[in-house]
Amino acid sequence: MATDFAFPDSAAKAAGAEQEFAPEKMSLSMGPSHPSTHGVLRLQMELDGEVLTKCDPVVGYLHRGDEKIAENMTYNQFVPYTDRLDYLAPLANNMAYAIAVERLAKLEVPARCQAIRVLTAEMARVSAHLMGLGAFGLDVGAWSVLVHSLNQREHLYKLFEELTGARFTTSYTRIGGVSRDIPDGWLGRVIAFCDQFEPALEETLSLLTRNKIFQDRTVGVGVITKADALAYGLTGPNLRGSGVSLDLRKDKPYSGYEQYEFDVPVGSKGDSYDRYLCRGEEMRQSVRIIRQVVAKFPGGDWYAKDARKIFAPPKDKILTSMEELIQNFMIVTEGPQIPAGEVYFEAENPKGILGFYIVSKGGGVPWRMKIRSPSFCNLSILPKICVGTMMSDVVTLLGSLDFVMGECDR
Amino acid sequence: MSASADAITALKAKFPQVADRASCDCPAVDVPTAEILAVLKTLRDEHAFDLLSDVTAIDWAEGASPRFVAVYHLYSTTSHAAVRVATPCTGDDAAPTVPSVVTLWPGANWHEREAYDMFGIKFEGHPDLRRILMWDGYPYHPLRKEFPLAGIETVLPDAEISEETKAKVIAAPMAGGPFVASVGEMNLTEAEPRAKDESWNERSPKPGA
Repeated sequence: MATDFAFPDSAAKAAGAEQEFAPEKMSLSMGPSHPSTHGVLRLQMELDGEVLTKCDPVVGYLHRGDEKIAENMTYNQFVPYTDRLDYLAPLANNMAYAIAVERLAKLEVPARCQAIRVLTAEMARVSAHLMGLGAFGLDVGAWSVLVHSLNQREHLYKLFEELTGARFTTSYTRIGGVSRDIPDGWLGRVIAFCDQFEPALEETLSLLTRNKIFQDRTVGVGVITKADALAYGLTGPNLRGSGVSLDLRKDKPYSGYEQYEFDVPVGSKGDSYDRYLCRGEEMRQSVRIIRQVVAKFPGGDWYAKDARKIFAPPKDKILTSMEELIQNFMIVTEGPQIPAGEVYFEAENPKGILGFYIVSKGGGVPWRMKIRSPSFCNLSILPKICVGTMMSDVVTLLGSLDFVMGECDR
Repeated sequence: MSASADAITALKAKFPQVADRASCDCPAVDVPTAEILAVLKTLRDEHAFDLLSDVTAIDWAEGASPRFVAVYHLYSTTSHAAVRVATPCTGDDAAPTVPSVVTLWPGANWHEREAYDMFGIKFEGHPDLRRILMWDGYPYHPLRKEFPLAGIETVLPDAEISEETKAKVIAAPMAGGPFVASVGEMNLTEAEPRAKDESWNERSPKPGA
């Protein structure tokens, strides 16, 4: 016995059956406070069903005016501000900033100082990639990766704390050196970390690399072609994931990177999965560099001794010698004396190329400092690659670009 | 660095107005504003400077001529050479102007928006010249030298909320100097509101806490 169900709107449906369904575009705002925007990024999107037709990233929520602040304080006073650019890898930022000012002052730092900086920068790279990896896993639904990687990152932070006195905001470098030498037995603990980290990293990566769900969500998603990546100024693992082998540690070595052997991983397709693989391999290479630095750790001074107007003298001398006291007083009040000129230094940071463009008129305060932040450039490609992707893939895309808003907004 | 030196020599032969610029690292050139697009295109297409690292500007303060200078940093992913190109902005201080390079590198889009936001430089031919770090409708350009470090009092970005609450974006309490309160200029109780409440201290706890 068949029953005809009468729907309340069936008459209306029948009347309008001839009409073509005209879909209305929906506008959706994601962020600034959203778990997958990793900070305070806002995406103003226009959706056709589940497919994006337009995407306008709104940045600037974390803008603190770092460049303005830099113009109003001495070179040494700005070091803590560099911590807060890419706050997942402050040691790498410290180093990039210090080298930029040293290039301007034409100052060479001793081999031991260079080795300490390379060592800390590579450790910072591992910690930054661990966080990026964990957050990416979380974005695509793999919870356990975050727990594993945060556990390893904690080991690194303990080492950072022992070296610099702070876990996060290290402010470790000074113009012409570092704030203190490495503690006794610290190198041994770094190697002990590496020994337990390598198998742990393989275990963590094995949770994702051959994971069917992870592959389904990342392979072929968010493809950035080589040409696009270059045109938009992408750098770091995002550029290398697209197949461009640009790594400044290899191509324009600074701070003695030319002494160490390491490989630069590049992707073939430029999708989210390639970018993930690049980061994983970079961590292995960083551990390789760390082991080499420790193996041939140079002795000698850990700050430039001849930089009298730039690097403050040791504390015991300040308290006992008149000349050193005056020197320290001048450096603290007037700032390190940097000659006039302009310099642009780029360092290969975990997120990409971090550049400092400093224009000096002489004296202790820069006239203009521009920070070229990799996250800012990496995000600028979003309006291009988001169009035509599914809404759910945007989350994958953001996770695979691995940006930090502190650095993007400065 | 020889690759960039060669490129500069070839560039000078093609554009006689290009002049050397003082620099502590990579070779740098000053280019007249009218030729900037042609020079950058030549560097990109003939000398393989394929990566535009950065676009920014310098404010040489009021009275300087030229006051605003736009600076481009190029990098070659094949020869690993770098070069800096600078060009003065034309027009008056209120609206300095320079051609946009978005047609050459789409990535210049955000860099130019930032320079517009911070310095008020108009990039001619930019497809979407809006503020990027500050909010739309913000009345100042903060990286100009006359803009004070503490900031200037302005209305809130949202006009409705501004109307209703009468709240404003206020200047930072800095009393003239960067993070230094000059003697006698500011009372600590004004700078640090917590210091006003003298009814509690370390020995006697805060009432109601």
